[in-house]
Amino acid sequence: MIEEQTIIAVMPETLVAETRKMKEQGYRLVQICVTRLGEELQLDYTFDLNRKFVNFRFLQPKNGARVPSISSLYWCAFTYENEISDLFGVQVDGNALDFKGTFYKTAMKHPFIQDAAPAVVPAPAKAGGQ
Amino acid sequence: MGNRTIIPFGPQHPVLPEPIHIDLVVEDEKVVEAVPSIGFIHRGLEKLTEKKDFIEYVYVAERICGICSFIHGQTYCQGIEEIMKIEIPSRAKYLRTIWGELSRIHSHLLWLGLMADAFGFESLFMHSWRVREEVLNLIEATTGGRVIFGSCKVGGTRRDIPPEQMTWLLAELTKIEKEMRLIVDIFLNDNSVKHRLCGVGVISKDDAIALGAVGPTLRASGVADDMRLLKYAAFGELNFQPIVRNEGDSYGRCAVRCEELFQSVDLIRQAAAKMPAGEIAVKVTGNPDGEFFSRVEQPRGEVVYYIKGNGTKNLTRFRARTPTFANVPPLVKMLAGCELADVPVLVLTIDPCISCTER
Amino acid sequence: MAFFQMKKMILAWTFRTPVTTKYPFQPRKICPGSRGRLDIKITDCIFCTLCAKRCPTQALEVDRENKKWHIDRLRCISCGYCVEVCPKKCLSLTGDHGIPTVTKDVETF
Repeated sequence: MIEEQTIIAVMPETLVAETRKMKEQGYRLVQICVTRLGEELQLDYTFDLNRKFVNFRFLQPKNGARVPSISSLYWCAFTYENEISDLFGVQVDGNALDFKGTFYKTAMKHPFIQDAAPAVVPAPAKAGGQ
Repeated sequence: MGNRTIIPFGPQHPVLPEPIHIDLVVEDEKVVEAVPSIGFIHRGLEKLTEKKDFIEYVYVAERICGICSFIHGQTYCQGIEEIMKIEIPSRAKYLRTIWGELSRIHSHLLWLGLMADAFGFESLFMHSWRVREEVLNLIEATTGGRVIFGSCKVGGTRRDIPPEQMTWLLAELTKIEKEMRLIVDIFLNDNSVKHRLCGVGVISKDDAIALGAVGPTLRASGVADDMRLLKYAAFGELNFQPIVRNEGDSYGRCAVRCEELFQSVDLIRQAAAKMPAGEIAVKVTGNPDGEFFSRVEQPRGEVVYYIKGNGTKNLTRFRARTPTFANVPPLVKMLAGCELADVPVLVLTIDPCISCTER
Repeated sequence: MAFFQMKKMILAWTFRTPVTTKYPFQPRKICPGSRGRLDIKITDCIFCTLCAKRCPTQALEVDRENKKWHIDRLRCISCGYCVEVCPKKCLSLTGDHGIPTVTKDVETF
């Protein structure tokens, strides 16, 4: 085992309060990650202090996920929150720098929660050289 | 209050190695605000786990980025090995360390060249890349590829470095180190270079932690944080201390990277002396079931991989949070209040690797 | 105040030959062990299709009945996975990188 990784379950309502405690202790925000588990989304907020790893985790439904923003405490969270709202359709309330869906320019909206890719017709192979 | 104009920077720009777009709100040559915009090179690589099984996915993970390619592969393999509780042989750990440090040397030399190009010093750019070619020859001789190493696999490494090749590698490294000293001397001591770098883009220690900076951007502001202190691969047995500077400006970031070049050469020498003989890989059976956050120090900073498996051969989730993604907020903060001519220097000082950022 | 630190380097390099190779007039130095173009000794091949199954980009196609082995050169990433799994060791990676092509052809052996 390379390092001990603490995973703490939180509720979306207590997320901002727990994050404030982390900030007061001097933790830095490492990442915000979303995983699709069937019909639910698992959100992970990771913090680090001198290689001590703490992770907050909670679940949200796939359609209509809503989380409060932590960018008032950690301004750098705006990149992660834009990414999760663009790729997973998670609605983030109060993002300090909200790109309103234009952070990633993708062919379809919220690609990571779609079930199947649109059918792609393969281009006909060219015969011989030109 | 002067007139405000918006000047678009990128996605095509001579100093940018990869496309990123920044809208600069400028008031008479002073940048007031910067709004970043990414997504030009988004390939959706994280969704490919649905198609490729976890053993093949090493090839995709390596190709997330061309500059930091080996360490991406290493982080992925490390994550899978932790989930599946595989213990890789000691020799494989040392080999990965040596290749990782070679990768760091070539990445920093590439960055030094681009930085010289950013403030117009083309001949220094060419000399840095000339030395980098020597390092790429070393890498090609030991792994078979110049940029994409292809030598990491789940369970160990695919290739070995026999002892004669190791002696040759160390001899070449001594020659390369002499050349590097000449180049680093110019970067750190030349007056015209210092004029462009000192006092540009200052980030204080508290700001760096609050903004989530990683890698040399963080270490140049006085925070001694380096993921190699986690003692993954062979770092537990090597003598290593992170390099820290207190200036917090572009000169400090440049100095951290220059000193890391020599530290990497020293680490390779230490690893070569201590490397044990033995196997280079173990057989892998079964599928990953579990999750792990794999953290490794890339040349640009801390990379975090979240890997989750559910017992099938396709992973449920593969998430790569690369260091440039974490360095974008410090960049936006640095750009506010700088001169327009300093924008290329500042964008390059965080070492942007946009293909990593957007996978 | 250190001015013109570059003078040492410039002086040294004024009298040295350039490091660039005048490719293609001068041949390229091939490094042994470099992963380049895939080669097959078709007489040793038993058409077990293991290489095609393992190829991460699906660049290989093996036709068992007609005893034909196809490779799409532009899809091959020279990773060497097929070389490792071949039971007869008839596949190998040569040092050179092949000639550039303009069409997506499939080579048959």
